[in-house]
Amino acid sequence: MRIEDRLFADRFRADTKSHLKIIDPKICHKCSGKQCTYACPAKVYTQEEDGSVRVAYEGCLECGTCRIICQEYKNINWAYPRGGFGILFKFG
Amino acid sequence: MKDKFDCIVVGAGPAGISAALTLVRAGLKTVVIERGEYPGTKNVMGGILYTRPLEELIPEFWKEAPLERHIIEQRVMLVSKDASTSFSYKSKQLDEPPYNSYSIMRATFDRWFASKAESAGAIIINETLVESLIVENDKVIGVRTGRADGELYADLVIDAEGVNSILARDLGLHPEIPEHNVALAVKEILALPREVIEARFNLKAEQGTAIELVGDISAGMMGIGFIYTNKESLSLGIGCLISDLRKSGMQPYDLLDRFKEHPMIQPLIEGAQTKEYSAHLIPEGGYRAIPPLCADGFLVAGDAAGLVNSVHREGSNLAITSGRLAAQTVIEAKKKNDFTCRALSLYKKLLDQSFVMKDLKKYRNFPAIMEKNKHFFTTYPSLLSDSAYEMIKVDGVPKKTKQWKIIKNFIKGRSLWGLVKDGFNLLRAIG
Repeated sequence: MRIEDRLFADRFRADTKSHLKIIDPKICHKCSGKQCTYACPAKVYTQEEDGSVRVAYEGCLECGTCRIICQEYKNINWAYPRGGFGILFKFG
Repeated sequence: MKDKFDCIVVGAGPAGISAALTLVRAGLKTVVIERGEYPGTKNVMGGILYTRPLEELIPEFWKEAPLERHIIEQRVMLVSKDASTSFSYKSKQLDEPPYNSYSIMRATFDRWFASKAESAGAIIINETLVESLIVENDKVIGVRTGRADGELYADLVIDAEGVNSILARDLGLHPEIPEHNVALAVKEILALPREVIEARFNLKAEQGTAIELVGDISAGMMGIGFIYTNKESLSLGIGCLISDLRKSGMQPYDLLDRFKEHPMIQPLIEGAQTKEYSAHLIPEGGYRAIPPLCADGFLVAGDAAGLVNSVHREGSNLAITSGRLAAQTVIEAKKKNDFTCRALSLYKKLLDQSFVMKDLKKYRNFPAIMEKNKHFFTTYPSLLSDSAYEMIKVDGVPKKTKQWKIIKNFIKGRSLWGLVKDGFNLLRAIG
């Protein structure tokens, strides 16, 4: 099952601004592991052709994996979305 | 100073609501700040709630709470690539009220639980994120929320924000959670008709099964899968240590697909429709990873304090109990008007006396031993399946020869010394 189809089953109220920020995009070029691009369960992070990392915050499930797994560089400024925004679980 | 409360509770999950309910019953002015649309919309767990800790707060809660099925069977499946060896405990005792546990959905359950605190007098503010603590002279005196003029003050703050524990981290109670102390679990709600669930899991109406799975499904990582029956759906998920996930290079949803496609699992979920996909972290560090639980004007409860029994997959019951004990500590502190960390150390004492710390202490070696001995999740489930197949298959080979072959396989798989060490480690892990 594609991750996009999975996220389609979920209810979101996306904010207009990202709650996740890459602190220094240049550091991502240096990062050989790029764990965020595969460990994130919502595929929020994707590597672009130029080696930078794009953040699709709208599908974020707010788990915290990206923050914890970016241990070498601590390059993700992680926060919860503003109150009322983000994932809204129907079942949980 | 405007809006001064006796206590601010951050997060309307099991720990926060349990604390708030206990506080307002003692007449304390309490506010709960919840970032979700309503309590429960941000909250995820596998899905089993144990009755006892909640019953102490709300007697006979099962008569009104939104619950799914009471669990009458607990099954462990040790899974190899294409087989599984199961251990199941099913009993009439578990089918007699008051039931030991229920499958639940957190979005509906937490909303109901919070309504109990609200009708008892707690103020619940939804859709509001606590961004930081307000600290004055090293004492926590309130919280800063994302709302305009959103500062709230109180004698004490109970941090029940959940596993990410950002506020406690920012206050310096613990560093960032190391990746070997936390698991990522991904889960799906799989809809199936009631009668299909009851036929596939051999259940009558209202009865439920809880299955935990170890082995090939975690692809060599330290991890556990689960399948819990709800009224008209299954909660199916798998969790793995983040440090293992990094090494594996696997995507969590691919792991979930692999689990769902396993030949021993697929028939159970055939035809089911995915109604929701969720992800959540689980503290796995156990006793040795518990941070200091208080600072001046500040207490930490539930997942934010890492209170999860990873051996028995218990968390919400530890959260409910720790929330209640944190509240009791606040009530005592309020009587003496002393909110220093020293006065709040009563909380640790109460936790130590309860099952919470006693259980966590019993299994204090478990996380480190399991993390270093992945073969408990890989080699043994396969060896067990191979052995069962060998003994069950009738092929003209005498059983005694088969028995020797099995013993040789175990020695080949782990070496004689390895087997002895594993036995010793397993005993040490479960103490």
